[in-house]
Amino acid sequence: MAEKFDVIIIGGGVTGCAVARELSRYHVNACLLEKEEDVCDGTSKANSAICHGGYDTEPGTLKSRFNREGNHRMAEVSRELDFPFKPIGSLVLCKSTEELPRLQALYEKGLANRIDGIKILSQEEVAAMEPNITEKAVAALYAEKAGIVDPFLMTVAFAENAFTNGVQFRFNTKVLKIEKAEDGYRLETGSGEYSAKAVVNAAGVYADVFHNMVSSRKIRITARKGEYCLLDRCDGNLVSHVIFELPNPMGKGVLITPTIHGNLMIGPTAVDVEDKESTNTTAAGMENVIARAADNLKNLPRRDFITSFAGLRAHEDSDDFVIGEAEGAENFFDCAGIESPGLTSAPAIGTAVSESIALKMNLSLNPDFNPVRKGILKPSELTAEERNELIAKEPSYGRIICRCESVSEGEILDAIRRPLGARSLDGVKRRVRAGMGRCQAGFCSPKTMAILNRELGMPMEEITKTGIGSEIVEGRTKENDR
Amino acid sequence: MIGEKKAYDIVIIGGGPAGLAAAVSAKKNGIDSVLVIERDSILGGILNQCIHNGFGLHTFKEELTGPEYAARFIRMAEEEKVEVLLDTMVMDIDAERHVTAMNRTDGLFTIDAKAVILAMGCRERPRGALNIPGYRPAGIYTAGMAQRLVNMEGYLPGKEAVILGSGDIGLIMARRLTLEGAKVRVVAEIMPYSGGLKRNIVQCLDDFGIPLKLSHTVVDIRGKERVTGVTIAEVDEHMKPVPGTEEDYDCDTLLLSVGLIPENELSKDAGVALSRVTSGPLVDEELETEREGIFACGNVLHVHDLVDYVSEEATEAGRCAAAYVRRLKEGAAPEEKSAAVPIEAAGGVRYTVPVKVHPERLGDFLTVRFRVGAVYRDSYISVYLDDRRVLHKKKQILAPGEMETVLIKKDEFISGEPVGCMTVKIEEA
Repeated sequence: MAEKFDVIIIGGGVTGCAVARELSRYHVNACLLEKEEDVCDGTSKANSAICHGGYDTEPGTLKSRFNREGNHRMAEVSRELDFPFKPIGSLVLCKSTEELPRLQALYEKGLANRIDGIKILSQEEVAAMEPNITEKAVAALYAEKAGIVDPFLMTVAFAENAFTNGVQFRFNTKVLKIEKAEDGYRLETGSGEYSAKAVVNAAGVYADVFHNMVSSRKIRITARKGEYCLLDRCDGNLVSHVIFELPNPMGKGVLITPTIHGNLMIGPTAVDVEDKESTNTTAAGMENVIARAADNLKNLPRRDFITSFAGLRAHEDSDDFVIGEAEGAENFFDCAGIESPGLTSAPAIGTAVSESIALKMNLSLNPDFNPVRKGILKPSELTAEERNELIAKEPSYGRIICRCESVSEGEILDAIRRPLGARSLDGVKRRVRAGMGRCQAGFCSPKTMAILNRELGMPMEEITKTGIGSEIVEGRTKENDR
Repeated sequence: MIGEKKAYDIVIIGGGPAGLAAAVSAKKNGIDSVLVIERDSILGGILNQCIHNGFGLHTFKEELTGPEYAARFIRMAEEEKVEVLLDTMVMDIDAERHVTAMNRTDGLFTIDAKAVILAMGCRERPRGALNIPGYRPAGIYTAGMAQRLVNMEGYLPGKEAVILGSGDIGLIMARRLTLEGAKVRVVAEIMPYSGGLKRNIVQCLDDFGIPLKLSHTVVDIRGKERVTGVTIAEVDEHMKPVPGTEEDYDCDTLLLSVGLIPENELSKDAGVALSRVTSGPLVDEELETEREGIFACGNVLHVHDLVDYVSEEATEAGRCAAAYVRRLKEGAAPEEKSAAVPIEAAGGVRYTVPVKVHPERLGDFLTVRFRVGAVYRDSYISVYLDDRRVLHKKKQILAPGEMETVLIKKDEFISGEPVGCMTVKIEEA
């Protein structure tokens, strides 16, 4: 027998989780299906982590609208849901006088997109704001309202809040097939059948597959790979704004930015790939990122790289988001083609899609909806006295597990015990940064594994890096194998 | 009581081999108030996971395992009644030697120290530092993490391994995994020579028939969830992979033994100046950093090849820190050190420890430790005081994997004209 829901959301990325959270404002029996073991395991975990200014989108497009709306709402949403967001502003560098008209055009596009707080800066102003940026920068477009976020915690925050307000979550549940049924849709998954009156398709690079199963108007999504390098936190202050190159037809170019946690990040490349699973980095890609960043930043500290990664943008042929009810498929709501500025847009997409569903299905508001989610307590943000009060109550906050990022056992326990808690090393890492630092989990992995083992009663052999198939250890050593 | 302030004459950060030897030495040199702060739940540091033998030949004239070597120093520390705080993380040190630490029972607290000895050791260079292309699945571990999993936790990380880097831990783990029934397919080393000790290549690879491919590196990692294989390729003289030389290896594990980095984040907080070459503090002949009263020894200062030399260096750091504290207690204003003679590393010598010397403060000898940047055969280690060659020592082989030590008599510095500069270099025969 199929499990029945009013609404099923496919995909636990930032968009799916934002829709889930906004939908939980209504009386509705909803469930989110995610093929991985945790939320935020696809494009949402590997991107530039930027709240974009919105000046560069094509006016009149969905990207333009949702970027503007998402940017406007980011501060409020980050307060409600307690995830990190810093509106540090961005600069688009113009490195030759010949390119000044392109910078001017970008500024005018910003005006056409009704973006406030943008202006063109002189060479001197750029140099004063960013002394480590190349002297070749003759001007820059400044966008005051751009910022940086934590994409993991943003997604986790949406998910936790949705869950607390009644949305169910099913992990390790991969949707294989969708069919129209009498009263909506029937979904076949790797772990049982589901039926729903309405479906939200937030399946990232696979959104075209599900869309095309039910809609007469076909779409096509190409995975556009972006490779990044992350540098040590000692370099996070080399720039104080998000530094872009002039945009090109493939995207926003290679950026240089402090991350919300103080690392320096450079990237991405933009290369279309056939394989929608190919999140591998390449030698050519990383060389490209490093060369271009080195061209824009004086003295790129090449000794301080701590990791590299690649993400896949879900690029739709129309070059725009595909949002709303699909043609010929009533109550099938797309959130497809969500590439940049998808992270920025997520709060606004969540609202728009859930409002359409509510209207269509005549949903009533849930009076018990609680918009507030309390984040994981960060002792490093407390005073010494507050921290000692905390340790007196909960001694686990006095034991540091991850030395590079100073993460205590108490924080890891919170990450595991809270709603939709972490079940793997990466789940812990994304929530509290244990293993995210300069030693890249060399020291803390065995300790975090021991905590997961104790808390979840999960045998060491079953503890994974990021879900089934990514087990950390093979088995006991000979001496212990009894 | 939680948050209570403490004060000690000497606070030692780290309870591994360096910290223990420094503590014992400080006690023996007459300082009663000595505290060792250790983040783990036991003393001994990384020695606890080094269950192979080969430790202690110089110090104890016998071959011990890592835990046995550690146990000897732990016993000495107990006999000397060294105070120890376990499971305690040092969060910050400032230039005035206020040490902020944290644990479950004392909370976050500050210790005023007359002298601090940095003995935090080092960490392993991760994959990201090398920008190895490919996927990011489970199954990629630093050699030291794998060593901890196998030797302390009792778990085998995988069944078929490729090891990148021929540093000593990588070599030791090649043997260890083989003994545990795993298959080690190959050890790839990007340099044209191994970064490990010769004896480890013989005893850990040759004796088990494990191939070592010099001038090779990993150019791709396959497997989305868990490693399924890696590709290695030959590199040219610029360490760039040579197209057409790629070879695929099926494996479920990739171990990295690609270098150690002295762990100096706390030193930076204290304003201690670091060497660009070693990533360790710049110190003088007393192992004092450029911050007064802050000393350094062991792998946090520079990566050693043998623990015996760590103990020796740390003993000296403990003695010098004790002398510093005694001078303070005797009421003598910390005496201005006279102008130091800089020590330059030249001609194949990558760095020296120390980087400067105050000749008038030397005991009988100045000890200088260093490493070379390439393999040299039938060459000489030469030491010059200005233009005067005071040491010319023939060496059949000098290799980057082995630390070298030279001793220079104090007399050489004070017998003639004041010395302007000391130079350590390798001279071909």
